[in-house]
Amino acid sequence: MSVAAVTATTEGYLLVLAIMWPVAGILVALVVNGRNIERVAYIVLPIGFAIATAVVMAVAQGGQSQIYVVGGWAPPLGVALRADGISAAMMMTTAMVICATGLFARGEFVQPAEGPEARAPYVFWILLFSIWSALNALVLGSDLFNLYVALELLTFAAVPLVCLKGQKETIEAALRYMLFALIGSVLYLLGAVMIYGLYGTLDIGLLSGRVRAEPATWIAAALMTVGLLAKTALFPLHLWLPPAHAGAPAPGSAILSALVVKGSFFLIVRIWFDAMPGHLSFAAAQLLAALGAGAILVGSVLALRQQRLKLMIAYSTIAQLGYLFFIFPLATGFAAGIVWSGLAWTGSWMQLFSHAFAKAAMFMAAGLIAEALGHDRIADLGGIGRKLPITMFAFALSGLSLIGVPPSGGFVAKWLLLIATINEGQWWWAAVIVVGGLLAGGYIFMVLGRLLADPLSPLVIRGAVSRSRELVALSLAVCAVLLGLVPLQPSDFLRIGR
Amino acid sequence: MAAAFDIGLIVLLVGIGAWMIVVRDVVVATIIFVVFGLLMAIAWVRLSAVDVALTEAAIGSGITGTLLLGAAARLKGADAGGTRLSFPITVVAAVLCAMISASLAAVALLLTYPAPTLAPMAMQNLDQTGLGNPVAAVLFAYRALDTLLEKVVLLLALVGVWSLAPDRAWRGVPSLDTTVPPSDILAFFAQILPPFGIVFAIYMTWTGASNPGGAFQGGTVLAVMWLLVMMAGVMRAPSISNVWLRWLLVAGPALFLIVGFTGVFIADGFLAYPPAYAKALIVAVEAALAVSIAATLGLLAAGPPERMQQK
Repeated sequence: MSVAAVTATTEGYLLVLAIMWPVAGILVALVVNGRNIERVAYIVLPIGFAIATAVVMAVAQGGQSQIYVVGGWAPPLGVALRADGISAAMMMTTAMVICATGLFARGEFVQPAEGPEARAPYVFWILLFSIWSALNALVLGSDLFNLYVALELLTFAAVPLVCLKGQKETIEAALRYMLFALIGSVLYLLGAVMIYGLYGTLDIGLLSGRVRAEPATWIAAALMTVGLLAKTALFPLHLWLPPAHAGAPAPGSAILSALVVKGSFFLIVRIWFDAMPGHLSFAAAQLLAALGAGAILVGSVLALRQQRLKLMIAYSTIAQLGYLFFIFPLATGFAAGIVWSGLAWTGSWMQLFSHAFAKAAMFMAAGLIAEALGHDRIADLGGIGRKLPITMFAFALSGLSLIGVPPSGGFVAKWLLLIATINEGQWWWAAVIVVGGLLAGGYIFMVLGRLLADPLSPLVIRGAVSRSRELVALSLAVCAVLLGLVPLQPSDFLRIGR
Repeated sequence: MAAAFDIGLIVLLVGIGAWMIVVRDVVVATIIFVVFGLLMAIAWVRLSAVDVALTEAAIGSGITGTLLLGAAARLKGADAGGTRLSFPITVVAAVLCAMISASLAAVALLLTYPAPTLAPMAMQNLDQTGLGNPVAAVLFAYRALDTLLEKVVLLLALVGVWSLAPDRAWRGVPSLDTTVPPSDILAFFAQILPPFGIVFAIYMTWTGASNPGGAFQGGTVLAVMWLLVMMAGVMRAPSISNVWLRWLLVAGPALFLIVGFTGVFIADGFLAYPPAYAKALIVAVEAALAVSIAATLGLLAAGPPERMQQK
């Protein structure tokens, strides 16, 4: 990465809008009567989507990072925002999943037509805007403390989403999540403070030119990384994830699994590829990938053993997150001797984006099934596929992407990673990728088989399932599949700015 | 002499810190925590970080202490102290804490001295902000974006606490009864102290532009005064659906955001100020923030709504 230019680019103001537009939504939502809060969402969501699209266009057309210097104070004194290829792609994925979730949630978090303001819709929409703002701030931030604030925003928006139902178990799950997340925040902050003490700046672009290979740097980087791993729920710090992601209401689970855990992963990549390029040792990269491999194996095996659909999907998230960590040994370019390996870089981001669409779709499908049946016991799902064919189709398509069946984004991701393991001479990770795919096939087909099976007893459908909500889940699953149409080669867009 | 004082302070801090961990009673531990915070504030003064000292005393000791006392009171009905950590977990926790302490110590020893710092640069540019306090310049000019987002985090924390309310109590009032039993002495102080507190809070917020202090410290003092009158029963806690209350909560961040966007038209961009009006704009934002911070912190400490308002 080149040293960040500190002059703003012409379309840089879009980056401020991307963060502040949802914040304006939060402030308005807090004061309007709860009944009008959905109307606020109808304005916030489409315009936010347009802003994200404009950022992607600006980055693609310019072929370089978009930069904004906040308040005219250039780093190191001030804070700059920067959108490169991966930030723009993350922003687009975030916008698509958030808007789809907003459409899906209309059926669940509506204010009652009569009577006073209700709790859950009021809280839900505010949290949705907050997560959007936080994720945009996380992918655009280029200052370690500014990124800490974004992380805090994300944590404080994500935790209440877990216990929106207000049951005892979900409050316990939220509390556990909060403890892991806050310990993660503290460790990250400690590391950032040390970095400032060592180099007198928190700006990632300036740091990349100043960082020295010395023990204090490694301690700081290790603290930050471990803190972020706890927030990303990488094995063995995954214990909080299943009850939290399974306990949230379906739109919440979709956002938490598709997007929130990816935010802290993005920051780990920023630290090792942008702030300290070339400082990740081979052994450290192997350790991160080994934890990823552990996540794939343990997460998949536990997913196979679940009795409940939402828990199974949550364990699948743990496994799918594991693949992301192959970016460290495979994209750093240890074999070629260059600080770059585009194949694994593209593969890892494809895994992130396709998992975001597929997992959001899958949690929505599970939510609709649970709504129809009043339970999500896998053993008793028999025949629901015939009653809800669209939902079942959405579940199947997203499942195929998780397994890595062509054509799907998941296939492209895993295929690129597989080729990269061979190119880089690290064949041992190829074995894990293949076994992970087989295990994913196991837990997906176990559920699909149930959905198509004859019911043990006549099915009792408790509530009518809205067709439009089924279509939202299906369109996200289709997005995951469509990602499979991208060419099997390193993406130029994801390289912009490095 | 100064060295002897510092060494004594450090020994005291470590001793009190250890005592806080060892003691079994939650209420006693909380009181020790408050004392620890106040001693920490003295340590910050010794390090010439008066702004940090004020924040430590107000937030670290004051509001956090109130929150913890409230939590301790709520736990009293439950089987408090019933869950002792198992031995392996204690050992793991101890090892992890020791590792973090060791890395902190290592870095303190490994850091170059004097450490690289942006302080001279912050002082050089102080003229352009119209402020006299470099800490305020960092918070409201150089790194205003962080401050604005932190205020949103504070609001979200409150939304998170409110989200724990039972559905039937939504729009209701927080219950402060469990925290302190009402008494005549408390009511007496709740009537005597607030006028002084409010004047002090206004001074803190106002002087923050040139001296140590500012919106956060001023807002915290206001919040404590408000909590005092609510706990003493002199004033009732408001319903969380009160329209005025919700406007007070967002007033500060909203003004900050509006001033930020105004900068696009009258200065160099978002969160930039024209030099002639910089101080006036920042003081206005700080005043509004102090009110919002007071409302937010007060409601955070008051807890989620638990019952409907009695008519």
